[in-house]
Amino acid sequence: MNKADSYALKHFALEIRIALLEELKARGFGHIGGSLSVCDLLAVLYGKVMNYRVDDPQWPDRDKLVCSKGHAGPAVYATLALKGFFPMDQLKTLNRPGTNLPSHCDRNKTPGVDCTCGSLGQGTSQAVGIALGDKLKGRPSRTFLVVGDGEIDEGQCWEAAMFTAGKKLTNLVWIVDENKKQLDGPTEEILPQFDLRAKLEAFGFDAVRVKGNDVEALYEALTKQPGDRPIAIVMDNIKGSGVKAVEETASNHSMTVPAETWDSFIAAVKADLEALEKEGV
Amino acid sequence: MKVIYNGSPDTRAFKDVFSVMLPKMLDEDENLIYLDADLMSCLGTAKYGKAHPDRAINCGIAEANMAGIAAGLAIAGFNPICHSFGTFASRRCYDQVFLSGGYSKNNITMIGTDPGVCAAMNGGTHMPFEDVALYRAIPGATVIDVADAAQLENVFPKLVARKGVKYLRVNRKANTLMYEAGSDFEIGKGVVLREGKDITLISAGYTLGCTMKAADALAEKGVSATVIDMFTIKPLDEALVIEWAKKTGAVVVCENHNAVGGLYSAVADCLAANCPTPVGRVAVEESFGEVGPADYLAERFGLTSEHVVSEAEKTIARK
Ligand SMILES: Cc1ncc(C[n+]2csc(CCOP(=O)(O)OP(=O)(O)O)c2C)c(N)n1
Ligand SMILES: [Mg+2]
Repeated sequence: MNKADSYALKHFALEIRIALLEELKARGFGHIGGSLSVCDLLAVLYGKVMNYRVDDPQWPDRDKLVCSKGHAGPAVYATLALKGFFPMDQLKTLNRPGTNLPSHCDRNKTPGVDCTCGSLGQGTSQAVGIALGDKLKGRPSRTFLVVGDGEIDEGQCWEAAMFTAGKKLTNLVWIVDENKKQLDGPTEEILPQFDLRAKLEAFGFDAVRVKGNDVEALYEALTKQPGDRPIAIVMDNIKGSGVKAVEETASNHSMTVPAETWDSFIAAVKADLEALEKEGV
Repeated sequence: MKVIYNGSPDTRAFKDVFSVMLPKMLDEDENLIYLDADLMSCLGTAKYGKAHPDRAINCGIAEANMAGIAAGLAIAGFNPICHSFGTFASRRCYDQVFLSGGYSKNNITMIGTDPGVCAAMNGGTHMPFEDVALYRAIPGATVIDVADAAQLENVFPKLVARKGVKYLRVNRKANTLMYEAGSDFEIGKGVVLREGKDITLISAGYTLGCTMKAADALAEKGVSATVIDMFTIKPLDEALVIEWAKKTGAVVVCENHNAVGGLYSAVADCLAANCPTPVGRVAVEESFGEVGPADYLAERFGLTSEHVVSEAEKTIARK
């Protein structure tokens, strides 16, 4: 990837974080940790990897995103709004009565959302179905599935993983957000996952582990031409990534903080954005 | 048992009750064991769990596995208590609870938090409107929907001591205050909260508050209503339902649940078989959940005292 592309993706990731934090600030609380940890991934997917039409979100040949960790909806919404799927000011309606932006992703409510998720694990099988359907219909589409490292406790994830590799669904890319925490605390203390990359490899994937905030490495992994094994990417990540104060908060799955605190989070990301712009391409 | 209802919210959240009661019960009975599916922090038990990893076991986000493990622990001589949000404590692990639990005669207590609209900000994917229907369908099961903290404190240990599959439906935040602390209840026996002669209003849990409010509003209109707290949805207090149906000649059930298979169904079944009576309902009609504050959602799905009043009037007219 050239420098200009890398700069653009980093820039987009910071813009997503700012929009996400503004969105959560408007409600005062939300699933901040797991939303922040997918911002770089979303920047790469929607910035350079995925094929989609903003003016035709249902275009059958589009690439699809299944954010199975549906509580990261706020990050997905920020990305979609920045890309123009709906007006930015809609982000402020998050979780408000009658909103099109519910806490968990809903395909019937939000333009650009391809799959309804929220009951952890269930996105994995739906992603398999989407990819299988696209393949049977002869579409060029790829499906990108984002799974949490706590979510992957669900047995359903491993049933879907077996199917993906066993049936050689190479148009489906698994991305596991190994941010090392789930709701009650560190994954290591609740249910250790051991080596997720090796596990997925043993399930028949071509599995790699990359830093969750390394846009270049993510891009490379996401665009690798699969052989006959589907690709799985384990993101070595930090829950709350990109906002130091959130990263350092032990219990950062969902946070309720006053407006000044949200402002301090936003200011920190804006400073990163300024620094990036100053550094230039 | 003393009713101290005055329309104000309970002073204690259910979560706060659990955070004290569960550790105490576990400390007092070595055969009790508590399992959770990555939601200990939501029940106020995370601290205890950290200190007692052999008494409070975090199974991770794997509710079906948790239910199966609970059944195995029952075989091994334990009395397991499991917790997750109501959706995941019912739909997500139903076959495991049904077969490894009920059918295999392994006693399991399942706590399903945030029933119906109480799932509020977690939205439609987390909103159980059918958990009572599912659990009622398990032979020998006990299904309880608690009204307030005092009732929870008294009923929960009795529920845990029962045989079979047991489901506790409970908010985490406070509901409307109903009972004096220390009040005594019996599973299988409903509570008459106020007596009237024109209609019987039956409810449980979250909607008991708006049902009591409706009785006040009806009284102002010259309609006198009996209100029953049927926290014991299964076994239903059939004798009490029949007694008051006969005395008042009309019944309305108000529930924070789908109209299919919940308290309304239980009451209607009982009356159809024993003393046909006009029965109205204020329940969720053919809808999935959605996101928003609980009071907004209660309006949205029609679970308000205004709806209870109008349904009561309509049902009285059918006498
Ligand atoms: C089936 C199911 N069980 C429980 C929950 C409640 N819940 C929501 S998020 C979460 C933790 C998720 O952890 P992880 O997958 O690691 O997500 P992340 O760290 O990326 O936020 C839990 C337990 C749920 N949404 N679905
Ligand atoms: Mg995680």
